[in-house]
Amino acid sequence: MLWAEGLRHAFNQGRVVALDDVSFNLAAGQTLAIFGPNGAGKTTLLKVLAGLIRPQAGSARVAGGRRAIGWIGHQSQLYGHLSVRENLLFWASLYGVPRAERGARATDVLARLGMTDRAEQPVWSLSRGLVQRAAIAKALIHEPRVLLLDEPFTGLDLGAAAELRALLAALRGAGRALVLATHNVDEGAELATDVAFQLRGRFVQYAPRAGRGSAEIAEAYRRAVAGTNG
Amino acid sequence: MGELLRQTWTIARKDLLLEFRSRTAIVSAVVFTALVLTVFNFGRDPTAVSALDLAPSILWVTFTFAAMLGLNRAFQLELENQALEGLLISPLDRRSLYWGKLLANLAFVAVVEAVGLPLFVLFFNVPVGRVLLPLLAVMALATLGFVAVGTLFSAMVVRTRFAELMLPVLLLPFLLLPLTYAVQATARLLADRPLSEVAGWLRLLAAYDIVFFAVASWLFPYTVDE
Repeated sequence: MLWAEGLRHAFNQGRVVALDDVSFNLAAGQTLAIFGPNGAGKTTLLKVLAGLIRPQAGSARVAGGRRAIGWIGHQSQLYGHLSVRENLLFWASLYGVPRAERGARATDVLARLGMTDRAEQPVWSLSRGLVQRAAIAKALIHEPRVLLLDEPFTGLDLGAAAELRALLAALRGAGRALVLATHNVDEGAELATDVAFQLRGRFVQYAPRAGRGSAEIAEAYRRAVAGTNG
Repeated sequence: MGELLRQTWTIARKDLLLEFRSRTAIVSAVVFTALVLTVFNFGRDPTAVSALDLAPSILWVTFTFAAMLGLNRAFQLELENQALEGLLISPLDRRSLYWGKLLANLAFVAVVEAVGLPLFVLFFNVPVGRVLLPLLAVMALATLGFVAVGTLFSAMVVRTRFAELMLPVLLLPFLLLPLTYAVQATARLLADRPLSEVAGWLRLLAAYDIVFFAVASWLFPYTVDE
């Protein structure tokens, strides 16, 4: 469903390496959690996968192209002066959802996210947690097969973060492939089927989760970070 | 082409709806237009230079700077919550994004001009009744030219620091030609010169529009992609 092969990318005339020979494959129902500190290149990797950045070497491909990608980041990509429903209808139109289906899709996705009563509210009037839910609705409106998640838990309280984790688990169960980039191991470990530690652009570890718990992954991550810094 | 035009309309409609909801830029531009015309009206000596000599330049300088307010906002609103990234991740054709923004900007400037022209007639007491249609043609062609270029530059500067300062600095040199043509054509129309004297300027404006619309449509994807 998603293939990345030998991705390399650097900024500032090569001085800042964001991607260093990154390769992986992801099938339907898999979730790759990428852990790394700020500046490790996680967002660059997601942007390459989304087609926002053309890598200097290597290639990335998503089955179904841009229409198959949904993006959830810490910024909602929603327009504050439009209502939640108007935002969803706009994005549905851009993704080529047939006009006759857009309204029903918006109603359905808002109901799944418990936002039916907020549909007509302008986005600017929503709390951070509700904005993030609306952003998830936006990412799901065209029923993408691949979800790219860039620090999606930023700014969410514990309850909202738990709700988001439950939703993402359900999406994975429904056959979506998820790539989750975060610096916080506790937030993403339970969702993962595969785990990668990205440091200075490179996947220093990339393996199936294989039953490891959050604490075990967190410890391995701390060792990897210490080893790289040392 | 049908899909391109459908996406173009989706972008333009969204921008116009956002402007209708917030009314941030349009109110500023209309007030700005009224203020500039007022200042020029009271700030000139009517015994030294006749209104007819000054009016065409004042009209086009006013419209140009009022349009800047809208052009500046065209892509600024996509920075809110990083919506621009969402647009670029989506299957939206880059040309549709440019054309949609262009369409919305044209509507924006048309509203400013619709308010500005009557004020201009009122303040400067210039007879436009008999030449209204050709004057509207000049306004349409000149507006299309500078909005086509302005929309491109608006996208170029949006991710730079001091974007609002950068836009006029980069854009104005490219507007010298259409502004010159528009001022020349407007001066002849207001002086009641024969239409044959205006036709050449209209042709130049049309040529500028065709060239810069085509070049901007081609260059636009390179300005928004990282």
